[in-house]
Amino acid sequence: MRKLISLVLLLVVAVGIGMSLSGGPFGAEGERDGPHFRRDQVNFGRYYVHEGVQETGAVNIVSSVVVGYRGLDTLGEVTVLFIAATGLGMVLHLRAAGRVEDGREPASLVLFTGCRFLFPLILLFGTYVFVHGHLTPGGGFQGGAVIASAFLLVYLGCRERRLNERALGVTESVSGVVFVVVGLIGLAFCGAFLLDFLPRGTAYLLFSAGIIPVLYLAIGFKVGSELGAIIDKLAERAK
Amino acid sequence: MIIFQVLLIVVMIAAALYAVRSKDLMNAVIACALVSLMASIIFFFLHAPDVAMAEAAIGAGLTTAIFIFAIHRTVRHEEDEKAD
Repeated sequence: MRKLISLVLLLVVAVGIGMSLSGGPFGAEGERDGPHFRRDQVNFGRYYVHEGVQETGAVNIVSSVVVGYRGLDTLGEVTVLFIAATGLGMVLHLRAAGRVEDGREPASLVLFTGCRFLFPLILLFGTYVFVHGHLTPGGGFQGGAVIASAFLLVYLGCRERRLNERALGVTESVSGVVFVVVGLIGLAFCGAFLLDFLPRGTAYLLFSAGIIPVLYLAIGFKVGSELGAIIDKLAERAK
Repeated sequence: MIIFQVLLIVVMIAAALYAVRSKDLMNAVIACALVSLMASIIFFFLHAPDVAMAEAAIGAGLTTAIFIFAIHRTVRHEEDEKAD
């Protein structure tokens, strides 16, 4: 009986939400001009493709959407990752009391040499990906993930090398603060959080697109240090 | 080009099925990494290099490593049962 009542209630709520949302247009071709929206504000996709490059200065439209138009969502994503990494660190830290000594043999010469040769190249590629996020495909998340995979390679090749946890924490905190401060400067001087306050510059050049490269630098360092810390903690526990 | 993409998708589905059916967790994780790798190549052919990069680095690289670290801590129960 209770199940039936809750099912009916759920149905009523679902129908109510559906009815109230059916009046508003979402994304698709807007046929009418209402009092609260204009037609070009409804056609998001087409609007971004046509106006994105002029409006944000970023040639890569994906990053103009991710960091320009939807910067607040990106801040939320970075926060989610931060909370996940913190929770993992907490859980692993609590159980890390009885640590087992590493009894395995060291990596082979081939793996060791390959790791030493590839590590700087992967770091360089990761840095390139997030520094050029507004020009070429990629961005902060991708670059940070590539950098974290370089740390993973170091773990595979040279097991005794440990990442400096303190440096990782400081990097992560500073880049998070940079993200929020850039947003607050926009709020203070231009009237909206994360609004672009820097000059757009010439498109296709490295120093262009206003705050997007700055935010991508912050995201790249933050994601790289967070994922690197996760790898480091798990590797320490896996011994 | 179409044939190549179909091949990628077939490999992807086969790896996904193997990951679900496999008894060995390590093999399942490697099959999952293969699914991610194929997905990233398909994303690249669909003109979404940003997503392809993220999928290759996170899906095929870091997630696999994290799974392997976790599986490393577990014990094989099947072998115990066989021994009994």
